[in-house]
Amino acid sequence: MTHHSRSRARFARLAAASAAGALLLTGCSVTGATDSGADGDGTGTVNVLLMKQASYSEEDQQKIADAFEKANPDIDVKITSVAYEALHDKITTAAPAGTYDVVLVDVIWPAEFADKGIIADITDRIPDSWSDEMLGGALETAHYKDAYWGVPWVVSSKLFYYNAAQVEAVGASADDLETWDGVLDVARKIKAEQGVEHPLAWSWSQAEALICDYAQLLGAFGGEFVDADGKLIINDEAGVDALTWMKTTIDEGLTNPGSTTFLEDDVLKTMSAGQASFTLNWESSLRDLNDESKSSIAGDAAVLQTPAGPDGARPSVNGNMALAITKNSKNQDAAWKFIEFASSQDIQDEFVTSSMPDWKSSYEDPAVLATNPEVLEVAGKAFDDGILRPTVPAYNAVSQVIQVELQNALLGSKTPQQALDDAVAEGNKLLKK
Amino acid sequence: MAFWLLLPAAVAVFGVVLYPILRTLFISFFHVDSALATDTPFVGLENYGTAVTDPGFWAAMGRTLYFTVVSTAIELVIGLGLAGLLNAKLRARWLFRAIVVIPWALPTIVNAAMWKGVFNAQYGSLNGVLTTLGITDHYVAWLGDPFLALNMVILADAWKTIPLVAFFLLAGLTTIPGELYEAAKVDRASWPRIFRSVVLPMLVPSISIVLVLRTVEAFKVFDIVYAMTRGGPANGTQTIAFYAYIKAFSDQDFGVGSALSFLIVLAILAITTLYLRLLRRSEMSLL
Repeated sequence: MTHHSRSRARFARLAAASAAGALLLTGCSVTGATDSGADGDGTGTVNVLLMKQASYSEEDQQKIADAFEKANPDIDVKITSVAYEALHDKITTAAPAGTYDVVLVDVIWPAEFADKGIIADITDRIPDSWSDEMLGGALETAHYKDAYWGVPWVVSSKLFYYNAAQVEAVGASADDLETWDGVLDVARKIKAEQGVEHPLAWSWSQAEALICDYAQLLGAFGGEFVDADGKLIINDEAGVDALTWMKTTIDEGLTNPGSTTFLEDDVLKTMSAGQASFTLNWESSLRDLNDESKSSIAGDAAVLQTPAGPDGARPSVNGNMALAITKNSKNQDAAWKFIEFASSQDIQDEFVTSSMPDWKSSYEDPAVLATNPEVLEVAGKAFDDGILRPTVPAYNAVSQVIQVELQNALLGSKTPQQALDDAVAEGNKLLKK
Repeated sequence: MAFWLLLPAAVAVFGVVLYPILRTLFISFFHVDSALATDTPFVGLENYGTAVTDPGFWAAMGRTLYFTVVSTAIELVIGLGLAGLLNAKLRARWLFRAIVVIPWALPTIVNAAMWKGVFNAQYGSLNGVLTTLGITDHYVAWLGDPFLALNMVILADAWKTIPLVAFFLLAGLTTIPGELYEAAKVDRASWPRIFRSVVLPMLVPSISIVLVLRTVEAFKVFDIVYAMTRGGPANGTQTIAFYAYIKAFSDQDFGVGSALSFLIVLAILAITTLYLRLLRRSEMSLL
């Protein structure tokens, strides 16, 4: 054999051996997952994954962590904050490595994460008194298959924000904004007289934000996402009416055409610049709209419950979020201590301008009401009347299908009926799996 | 002795490159619906079948092909022109070459975030410039229409990559002997003729390298899509790599996601083999 073919043969053997070895290693288990969760001894480091943008700001989160570390000197808290759009994927990719002990989950994820073994069942840790002391809708946030998978921490839905100065300048008042028809009338006046080219701005980008906005309009037109059997029914009359209404506001020039690229933060910025008079957004927006360092309309922003549809229905989308312990966390006791602390009434009452509290008595406490009266009053009403998105394990995939079809209709490539029919057909297929 | 010296490199190659690739291939033959799944039945080629029969797969492939062809074409043409300019004998040539490198030096995520701001429908600088110059009379949502958004992403990617292409071609240009230009001038050839008969044939090796590299990279594009549009609007910028990411990590269907990864590898292999075959026929080819 020549020198070349001998070394080539040796290389081939080496490559084959390592390939076989690699395959053998993988043969142990396809995913290599182990059940490595442990309670720990209640001390050590707790890694927390939270969300930035709406609700608790990063400064709030750090203050809570500092206060907790002061009360528990033998526990160290490390907070990571990501954008909401990245939160779901970050939780699933970090799950095998057990990088985080505490994660913030949206109300639409406990079904998926519980089934896939990503978060731990904490039913045994929850005190019985909480079901009386917490808002009814709050504790249900992470309730799935008769067990609790998280503690509510962000109680949230979308409220209706309006620029009071612009509304008064055209001779209207808050009473005219109780229905969506009323809102459009005032919007037309503002467009004609106040020079605001597009008085409405929405978060209709291809993201969960679009489903949240659509949910509130679907509810306003009297519709639901699923029927009693769990099948999608958004292509019924109510669903099509809601989507047609959305498209008409774009065609009429009342809705900012850039809305299909906006997320809630862009909507907030547009309104803060005075270029939108009416928006739907989460509770913490009032704090930012009236903050002189961030907004040019500080002092003019006001808040109302989401307007009612033709039949008077006005449910708000349930946008709650809960703190959950990851199944592979090695420090579950310490993680639970942090969750208990962060969701306790004292801490939540302190940050009421950022997020609504879980606790019923907070809504009657005069000291709490004084810090954020407008939002608390409206939020209390909004939480009584909510519309839920389907709580199924396949929600993430179904949501993406609906997002694409809604955008197809809003961008004019399909009629609303056609878009929703396609969404329902594809979505029901995914739900069946 | 040689064995021990090679060991670290071997560990790196097999551990970081070969093992994940083989592991992914292994996973693609199973039904895996969670990163922590313990029940993973063997399904053979079913994942590949699911991937190939999904219309979303072919739509994403089509978009990726469009992205690859258009962005590579733009980069080659403008890169060639830029290389020619940078080859000119100017005093401050070093300064121009340094400035031209800056877009390439930007991290991809920074580049994407920057262009996302430029294209913003409400306060982007592109809208500002166009309305100030009177070219348009209202703000356009550049990332709002599916096809327009795809072209804007191509623009952002091309802007970043043109310096790389320009430098590759510049290196090729500097190897062209001056005598060829002088001989051509003696024959009184015009500049277009010189370009066609002298420059281009001598540049074929460099162009072929750039073509292969850029095609493969454009086919795999992911990070700029993730940072600029996340696949939207209405999936208009969902390239095949982003589609595979959604299937694997967002929908947590790791079996299908792994199968998709290998289908992408096969597609890239097919394109590269096609290139090598085509370019082998050229007399000055490197391959």
